[in-house]
Amino acid sequence: MSGIVIVGAGQAGASLAAKARMLGYSSSITLIGEEAIPPYQRPPLSKGYLLRDMDLERLFLRAPSFWKQQDVDLKLGAPVTAIDRTGKSVRSDGISIPYDQLVLATGSCPRSLPKKIGGELKSVYTIRTVADVNAMAAEFHPGRKLLIVGGGYIGLEAAAVGAKLGLDVTLIEMSPRILQRVAAFETSNFFRRLHIQNGVRILENTGLDRLTGDGRVSGAVLSDGTELTVDFVIVGIGISPRTLLAEEAGLTVENGIMTDAHGRTSDPSIWSAGECASFPAGGGQIRLECVGHAIDHAELVACNILGASSRYEPKPWFWSDQYDVKLQIAGLNTGYDRVVERWGEDRSGSIWYYRQSRLLALDAVNDPRAYLIGKRIIEAGQTIAPQFVSDPSTDIKALLSAATSVEPSVT
Amino acid sequence: MIKITYVEHNGREHVIDVPRGATVMEGARDNGIPGIEADCGGACSCATCHAYIDSNWVGKLPAKEAMEADMLDFAYEPDPSRSRLTCQIKVNEALEGLILHMPERQA
Ligand SMILES: Cc1cc2nc3c(=O)[nH]c(=O)nc-3n(C[C@H](O)[C@H](O)[C@H](O)COP(=O)(O)OP(=O)(O)OC[C@H]3O[C@@H](n4cnc5c(N)ncnc54)[C@H](O)[C@@H]3O)c2cc1C
Ligand code: FES
Repeated sequence: MSGIVIVGAGQAGASLAAKARMLGYSSSITLIGEEAIPPYQRPPLSKGYLLRDMDLERLFLRAPSFWKQQDVDLKLGAPVTAIDRTGKSVRSDGISIPYDQLVLATGSCPRSLPKKIGGELKSVYTIRTVADVNAMAAEFHPGRKLLIVGGGYIGLEAAAVGAKLGLDVTLIEMSPRILQRVAAFETSNFFRRLHIQNGVRILENTGLDRLTGDGRVSGAVLSDGTELTVDFVIVGIGISPRTLLAEEAGLTVENGIMTDAHGRTSDPSIWSAGECASFPAGGGQIRLECVGHAIDHAELVACNILGASSRYEPKPWFWSDQYDVKLQIAGLNTGYDRVVERWGEDRSGSIWYYRQSRLLALDAVNDPRAYLIGKRIIEAGQTIAPQFVSDPSTDIKALLSAATSVEPSVT
Repeated sequence: MIKITYVEHNGREHVIDVPRGATVMEGARDNGIPGIEADCGGACSCATCHAYIDSNWVGKLPAKEAMEADMLDFAYEPDPSRSRLTCQIKVNEALEGLILHMPERQA
């Protein structure tokens, strides 16, 4: 009876359960989620679902009946509160559930603002769950003043939704530029211009001193002393991996729940996948925050639980939809020392990140062909000479045949 | 409900009732039909929901938008005349009886 137990019924947990069944695993699979609804996708939460362009059912990763058909015991609204490693069981909803192999797929939680600067006032929101978005839906009325704290992808997407719905949107970013942590100067410039054209006020180099209000937020004081009137606030200042359960159980935590290249934690019967897990890469333990990683990592762990011993080779990709612009990202730009741009007509183009001669990543703006070509080159462990990329007369498809293997000295 | 036939690469057929307004991709995903992965959940961002439309049906579908056409160019073994991203096709009565074939793999 005690087969695989998965804590966290999100993207990774759901992918792992489905994959284990697809591989023919026939013992029990229990998928335990703290949220009350079946596994769903988060990307639309700051896009179509926030815009009220999409029903709840469309967010579900599988039809609710799928889990029953696959004989996956889905326990919802049932947070796991403790792991008993000696007795090999977890505690949830007042009962003890035995496991043979346990998977922690607990995802992340958004960072919130400290209470002393008004973080706990009413109408201050973060975007992580359907419940979060439902709670703020009634705030989105034309003309209302929305302050967004943080110029990362989620903040920018929420700004785009606000602007589309006719709100008066201000976005503040503490760093010198929006997207500073994740993208090059050129990409930041593109999105700053896009938002300004759509009427969003973007204030960079601007922190939040405090939010003010009596119970409910009504104002903000910025780091330069400016005072703003606000009706509601969305905070998008990053996420932290949910490691508490692992820590309390004495598992090693290092920038997330520490796993080896196979997805195993410091306890051989416990695995971890998705955003909450860190895995070895480039001499350290890294975490990734994207759907593609959650799926691939979880599927790898499913294979390894069933006896494979595959090592994880991340192939990160990401997208962001803002207004009529689709941004697609492949690879990881960490450590880039040079970028090359390639622009076409109609605001479509791409920004390619290099370390020495090696292509690390690219950001493609309304340019799926560049995205898919770059992705293919990166995933094949190849590179492409920057002068081919930047020359607009090179046919985009020719880039594929011009790709070369990476010189060993720069790997 | 609209009847759609999904044919796996190995020839296995699945006849599925798909609700009007859903996409052809969602019909496959919700019923656990192997062959369509749909990693991005229908955002036209991943090209892992590629399928070949039965030749008799090709002309009856709404045309591709530029984004879909460009993504398809780099799907696994695209067929310019029959390939579509199934997340971009909304199901309505006109699609009753649609037949589509899954590729050998998605990427
Ligand atoms: C607003 C938003 C927009 C995004 N947009 C994109 C995008 O465009 N593209 C992209 O690639 N990625 C995007 N992402 C990121 C992507 O959604 C995540 O990387 C992905 O969901 C991670 O999957 P996960 O399974 O690790 O975590 P989650 O999907 O968060 O799942 C973890 C689940 O575990 C549950 N849980 C935690 N602790 C417990 C416990 N003790 N007991 C029971 N259950 C527990 C949580 O409630 C949660 O449901 C976005 C994320 C957000 C929030
Ligand atoms: S589901 Fe990703 S492109 Fe169709």
